[in-house]
Amino acid sequence: MSFLLGKLSWDAIPFNELPAMLAGVGMIGGAIVVVALITYFKLWGYLWKEWFTSVDHKKIGIMYIIVAIIMLLRGFADALLMRAQQAMAYGSNHGFLPPHHYDQIFTAHGVIMIFFMAMPFMVGLMNVAIPLQIGARDVAYPFLNSLSFWLFVAGVILVMISLIIGEFGQTGWLAYPPLSEKTYSPGVGVDYYIWALQISGLGTLLTGINFLVTIFKMRCPGMTLMRMPIFVWASLCTNILIIIVFPVLTVTLGMLALDRYLDFHFFSNGFGGNPMMYVNMIWIWGHPEVYILVLPAFGIYSEIVPTFCKKPLFGYTTMVYATACITVLSFLVWLHHFFTMGSGANVNSFFGIATMIIAIPTGVKIFNWLFTMYGGRITYKSPMYWVIGFMVTFTIGGMTGVLLSVPGADFLLHNSLFLIAHFHNVIIGGVVFGYIAGLIYWFPKAFGFKLHEKLGVASFWCWLVGFYIAFMPLYLLGFMGATRRMNHYDVAAWHPLFIIAAIGSLIIFAGIGFFVLQVIVSIIQRKQNQDLTGDPWDGRTLEWSTSSPPPFYNFAITPHVNSLEPFWDMKQEHKKHPEKYANAPKPVYEDIHMPKNTSIGMIIGLSSALFGFGMIWNIWWLAILTGAVMFISVLVRSFDYDIDYYVPASEVERIENEFAQRKLS
Amino acid sequence: MSTQVLHTHDNHHDHHDEEVNKKVTFGFWVYIMSDCILFSMLFATYAVLHNNTYGGVSGKDIFEMPYVLIETFILLTSSFTYGLVMLSAHANKKCMTMFWLIVTFLLGVSFVGMEIHEFHHLIMEGHGPNASAFLSSFFTLVGTHGLHVTLGLIWMVVLMFQVSKHGLMSVTMRKLSCLSLFWHFLDIVWIFVFTIVYLMGAM
Repeated sequence: MSFLLGKLSWDAIPFNELPAMLAGVGMIGGAIVVVALITYFKLWGYLWKEWFTSVDHKKIGIMYIIVAIIMLLRGFADALLMRAQQAMAYGSNHGFLPPHHYDQIFTAHGVIMIFFMAMPFMVGLMNVAIPLQIGARDVAYPFLNSLSFWLFVAGVILVMISLIIGEFGQTGWLAYPPLSEKTYSPGVGVDYYIWALQISGLGTLLTGINFLVTIFKMRCPGMTLMRMPIFVWASLCTNILIIIVFPVLTVTLGMLALDRYLDFHFFSNGFGGNPMMYVNMIWIWGHPEVYILVLPAFGIYSEIVPTFCKKPLFGYTTMVYATACITVLSFLVWLHHFFTMGSGANVNSFFGIATMIIAIPTGVKIFNWLFTMYGGRITYKSPMYWVIGFMVTFTIGGMTGVLLSVPGADFLLHNSLFLIAHFHNVIIGGVVFGYIAGLIYWFPKAFGFKLHEKLGVASFWCWLVGFYIAFMPLYLLGFMGATRRMNHYDVAAWHPLFIIAAIGSLIIFAGIGFFVLQVIVSIIQRKQNQDLTGDPWDGRTLEWSTSSPPPFYNFAITPHVNSLEPFWDMKQEHKKHPEKYANAPKPVYEDIHMPKNTSIGMIIGLSSALFGFGMIWNIWWLAILTGAVMFISVLVRSFDYDIDYYVPASEVERIENEFAQRKLS
Repeated sequence: MSTQVLHTHDNHHDHHDEEVNKKVTFGFWVYIMSDCILFSMLFATYAVLHNNTYGGVSGKDIFEMPYVLIETFILLTSSFTYGLVMLSAHANKKCMTMFWLIVTFLLGVSFVGMEIHEFHHLIMEGHGPNASAFLSSFFTLVGTHGLHVTLGLIWMVVLMFQVSKHGLMSVTMRKLSCLSLFWHFLDIVWIFVFTIVYLMGAM
């Protein structure tokens, strides 16, 4: 039996833990419903042909975002459980979550929200927008893009499985040793953590390389670096950060795995191991990671503000330099995550000052957005609400961050709820608001219809108000000495604040509800919100110059660019001299070269999930078998020289004429 | 008319191949840079942990310098012979390309074989990676390099098949030059391993 199933047995399934079982049953039930619906509507063939095996960046982007939103629901369910527990567990009441379970929940919440919600959401938006913004037909390596997506899905599968088979880590989202070593975490929780992150992290690294090359090598003629849209600049910096720091994460988790699996001594207490090594290395990855998340969000704001203020971005060049500055500075501040762990005053001051300096380029950005709005004709569409909400919220979060960067203050506030309030302040207020704004902004581009406006605004107000009610009490609690990751407390003064925070989280929940409702209603009413022009917001950059949704080859004729806002300038020119363009000659189309779909990305991704499962449960035959499948898949791909095809010019013409007809009707 | 169409189409194709090659080579460089960071973290870990012998052996006690020197020369020679692979390939000499690929492969296999022998010997003597943090970091750093070389060898076999099947055309040339980058990169990493781990360790 142990050969067949490794460590796996019926004991691994938490029958006696009600919340876990409910969640598990809900998850399996949901999956069965989805599978049944797909089968009933006979969609498997369509999904396989058009989505699962697709190498089209737009479709991969949409799949990324769908999974990210599913994981947002999962991560948020964890958040609600924690808020409910802390609202209850005062004095004689111990709440409904035992420590064993509570610790898994806060670990899973952090891991899911960063790796499986924010990261894929960001990669999804990059996928949808970047090739269109730079006038390219696809990313540099379409197959690699599909592979990245499926490796990420493998990570998601492992995290979700941990809910019903075995357990997840109970170590906090960064799994500091020695707690995460075998001695103190003998279960499979940390192994789930390691393999989920290792596999999806590899996908992220490949994405980083893919988009870096796309941005450097595939811009359309005339688009110099200083004519790239700011979102492209921000993504370029993000991808540079990914390429530099994700190998560090790989090494760090690899060493932890060696410690756990083969009894090495990198981070153990005995045998000369050094746990501080891990803390340094994980933050050398971890601090740039937060900039990996927030820079694209800054880029999104920089796209939305000019569009909805009808004005070019104020200080484009300074925006680029500010982004680059943040990219460099993000490497020089990792130690501020552990001022209290014995580095001494001199080292702490260096890192404290470096941290404070980051506020300067960030401030430059805020002023650039403000000055863009100043004197502009602002139209308050839902993306703009998120931008305004972001500017206020993020500024507050930034200031509490500067406060924490003072080492002396940090000694008092570290590990307290003040810290939790701070980073949710910047991550929700900066990253999540930005991604949702980006989703609303680019949604009509990806699908051809806008999202419902009023429900979007309702969702925004719930998020904003809910955020303040949920997290402002945590600042106070931090000052009052409440620490993070607390399962139970005895201080009477804390109790009302925890109850307020729980109410706030329910209001955010309503915001998520309105968002889901918004998507559903928009799909039902898609005829009313249809956009036939391809340019619903009166946009300024290239992605709005093609139809919505764009044809699979994006641009029938590769655009030529000679300014920062080519599409806007073209529209002005057409308005000014309509006679010049009235009888424009019919465009001459050429054959277009496109990559063929392939299922190999999916095969490798799903095998890697099984491989991870085999490693976690020591089912060695499974790991070897799936490892072999992955190896052979790579070989098959390598020996396949027939990976692309030509779309004939006549076909391009047919598709383009169809779009022109739709536009006229 | 039809031949002319075919002809332009071919040009189109060549142009496209060239662009793909540029993209892939650039992307491979970027990958190598990220691999470089992976190794730099392993070196940093070794630098931090190399004195943490936990009362056990240190580098001075276990490194056999002549043996490692032979290993080093074998790997450096393989880098040279891979250079000959590229020269032959650029001169469009398929047989010579295959010959030098085989020579490089044999040298690479000897290197990996010697490393496995060294590891086996150390483990048998009781100086395995579980004995101390120093040995953990030593085995991981050197072993990761060895793993890379092994992957390079597998890749080399794959390319031998592809070159013999498709000849020296645009795609195989691109793959050969990517492997060339990889192989020389591993050589450079080994020079650092040899200097920092073995030479400085034996002092």
